[in-house]
Amino acid sequence: MTDTERQHQLDMRETVDATAVAAGATAALPPDNPLHAGGETRSQWRDIWRQFRSHRGAMVALVLFVATILFVTVGPYIWTIDPTYVDIRARNSGFTAAHPLGTDQLGRDMLARLMAGGRVSIAVGLTAMIIAITLGSLIGVTAGYFRRLDAPLMRLTELFLALPLLPLLLLMVTLFREPLSQSFGPAMGTFILIVSAIGATSWMQAARIVRGDVLGLKEREFILAARSIGTPAHRMILRHVLPNVLSPIMVAATLGIATAIITESALSFLGLGFPPDFPTWGRLLYDAVDQMIMYPWRVILPGLFISLTVLCVNYIGDGLRDAMDPRIRGR
Amino acid sequence: MLTFTIRRLLLAIPTLLFISLVIFLLLEASPGDPLGDVPLTVPPEVKERMREALGLGSPWYVRYVLWLKQFFWVEPLFWFDQAFGTQFSAGMQRIISFQSRSPVFDVIAQRVPQTLTVVGFSYLVGVLIAIPIGILSAYKQYSWFDQLGTFVSMIGFSMPTFFTGVVLIIIFGVKLQWFPSVYDTTLQVRDWDSFWAQVRQMVMPVTVLALYNAAQISRFMRASMLDNLSQDYVRTARAKGLSERTVVLKHVLRNSLIPVITVIALGLPAVFGGAIITEQVFKVNGLGQLLITAIHGNDIPMVLTLTFIFAILIVLFTLIADILYGILDPRIRYD
Repeated sequence: MTDTERQHQLDMRETVDATAVAAGATAALPPDNPLHAGGETRSQWRDIWRQFRSHRGAMVALVLFVATILFVTVGPYIWTIDPTYVDIRARNSGFTAAHPLGTDQLGRDMLARLMAGGRVSIAVGLTAMIIAITLGSLIGVTAGYFRRLDAPLMRLTELFLALPLLPLLLLMVTLFREPLSQSFGPAMGTFILIVSAIGATSWMQAARIVRGDVLGLKEREFILAARSIGTPAHRMILRHVLPNVLSPIMVAATLGIATAIITESALSFLGLGFPPDFPTWGRLLYDAVDQMIMYPWRVILPGLFISLTVLCVNYIGDGLRDAMDPRIRGR
Repeated sequence: MLTFTIRRLLLAIPTLLFISLVIFLLLEASPGDPLGDVPLTVPPEVKERMREALGLGSPWYVRYVLWLKQFFWVEPLFWFDQAFGTQFSAGMQRIISFQSRSPVFDVIAQRVPQTLTVVGFSYLVGVLIAIPIGILSAYKQYSWFDQLGTFVSMIGFSMPTFFTGVVLIIIFGVKLQWFPSVYDTTLQVRDWDSFWAQVRQMVMPVTVLALYNAAQISRFMRASMLDNLSQDYVRTARAKGLSERTVVLKHVLRNSLIPVITVIALGLPAVFGGAIITEQVFKVNGLGQLLITAIHGNDIPMVLTLTFIFAILIVLFTLIADILYGILDPRIRYD
């Protein structure tokens, strides 16, 4: 390698390093080996993770959230008492060695019930979030990408936003609990009903955010370039649009889990959620309210779990939002 | 601005009609039977006549149009008559509740004051504490006050109101016995004693709701203040020697309040409908509680009318928020 060649290579590396953000400038100087253009490769996700780790609250929340998930998934294998096992002689017991968190009015172990309840609550939160986010990004991307569908889809979104959601949710759950319980069994039927009801009524925010981002993306050069080489619409959306709106979708998804968990426990609290022998955190709280004067801990424990989980999820969402915002990243 | 308002009002009509149709069809598709509680010993032909009497005999579209007529024509006429002593609505059928057999709007009118005093007052308190907190934590960003405010507001909207309500009842209602845990709606304020009783029973529900509302609004306030504090006009204001007080409380605050006011307006419909859970916790028999009992009792006219009123409020306040935004911020042009 001659001196000029080496000098050229060094110059280029410098330029690539200096303009790693502005893609337009690097395009003028094509690297010899594009894979290793900037020396050490830095993936976007590692950057996001690095930024996320510096958000102390979000990291604590992540650890706590993982601990909660372990508590409800692995916990039942360690603490093997059946949550529905009725031990009438041990009813209303306080914190003892046999029952670390006490028992309820039928002598069912609270620790086991909290694990079982959390499993359902978190499952509802995750599933409802997946439904809402899928619907939301589908509608958002379609509305943003296809100009002809924009107006009708946005009208639809506004229509849904104008619906009084909690009353409607209550209505849907009361009206359709019986038939669904009959066809899918009481637990599964209620699960399907609640998850789809929450999912169908909480996709609007995600749709609006995604649409806005897609509209902005469509004006960018790389979309124009992709279109000019004849990329069909479906590949355009999957390869070029979706990956670029992933960060707002992820933030909306995290916050969606929190809302779904709260909504489910609110429904359970109003007596319109899961059947009594099928505990969720909201249901446990609701069942304990009648005896809260004698046994306040039975109300406080499930409530604490709900609040803690939602708090963690909200903090994680906050951290994600900061980490994914390139304007804040690197500060 | 005016054309925008008129256009939006015209657009709101099909939206509301569609929403009412959705709610109506949802109720129609329900398997619940308003006559479900009638004993089995009642002969079928009598039951059929009871159906007729409830107006359930005709097909759904007839009943839907009839309900629309009652809601948009008969009821306004009735209230007009009440106000001016005229006789326009004489002989017209108002919307009748299945449960109480009295006009739906009379029941709603009885419940509105309860909801408005408790929920409305708590919204006011929430806004009043949220705005100073938002201003301070933005002005001293990353200070201990800001960190604390962020943490408290995170907790505020992570704790569901049914949990905070129940915890407050356990601590202040049961252990300390400071406040009554059940809201007594029959209490009438006549003298200082009854006024004091009213204040005491309002403390807990108002605290719960105010905490929840303040948590959300203070976040908005903080974000909006932060946006404005880094603007050039703030530096200019400081550079020309204005006092820090004037800069923050006159220049920055006014501009930051613009988006916050719209957020507050958007939250107002929830004052009527969203406090269902808190009303249930403290046994306030307001609109939310009315809705729950109506849902449980298959009282179709009541559920339909109440949900539709909530929908009208949401549409109305969204419109108000948009118009306010246009009035307050001269940079926004709708036309």
